[in-house]
Amino acid sequence: MADQKTLTFSIMDGPYENARTVTALRLIDIAARRGYNINVFAYEGAVSLSFAKQAAHANPVHGHDIDEEDHPLPKEWVSSLIKTAEANGGKVDWINCGLCVDERGVTESVDGTRRGTPADLWNAAASSDGTLVIGTK
Amino acid sequence: MAKYTLIASRDAFESKESERFCALAGDLKRAGNEVTLFLVQNGVLCARPSHVASELSKLAQEGVAVLADSFSLRERGIASDRLAAGIESAQLDVIVDHMAEGRRVIWN
Repeated sequence: MADQKTLTFSIMDGPYENARTVTALRLIDIAARRGYNINVFAYEGAVSLSFAKQAAHANPVHGHDIDEEDHPLPKEWVSSLIKTAEANGGKVDWINCGLCVDERGVTESVDGTRRGTPADLWNAAASSDGTLVIGTK
Repeated sequence: MAKYTLIASRDAFESKESERFCALAGDLKRAGNEVTLFLVQNGVLCARPSHVASELSKLAQEGVAVLADSFSLRERGIASDRLAAGIESAQLDVIVDHMAEGRRVIWN
């Protein structure tokens, strides 16, 4: 790709907590559809986004079984973003902060993601066309 | 001259930080930079005509590009043709465009 850009996103929010996560994933999706190379540095609660043991559930309060509830799982969104980038000639390097992972016990994450350190964020930002840090507060 | 894109995600009616963030956009513009202020999530609530939006309209008059995420507007039932003067509806793609261009993109 002649004009393949590299973008870095740093995200901090855990799943199901804030619209920032949705906006971040929308941005990453746009970049993935363009075939860009994308670095994602997930830290603090965001390391749970790719946690492999997330499970769909029924909702007895509403009388829904698992299929009817159709519960969205962030790990599936992460996997989908990785596949979308690959299908368009790009790639996603999804890095979970190892310290944040260990603190939360979310050591199993979906394929295509890996552990890393804040130094990975530094290196990713240094080699990217653009970087966006979406912090929590 | 540098190029800045400031992303305002907070409801200006709830957070004073939004006011300071908008002031930063104006300061950067008056310092000779190219500035885009992109409203997203609850940040688009201040795109409706109000005393808060009038400050954004002033920024637009000064040359700041003030944009509001069309998805966030739809989520909140705000019609894109009912925005305050100088504020335009835009796709989130603008942020990715600006990142790829190498602009300094700052989230609040």
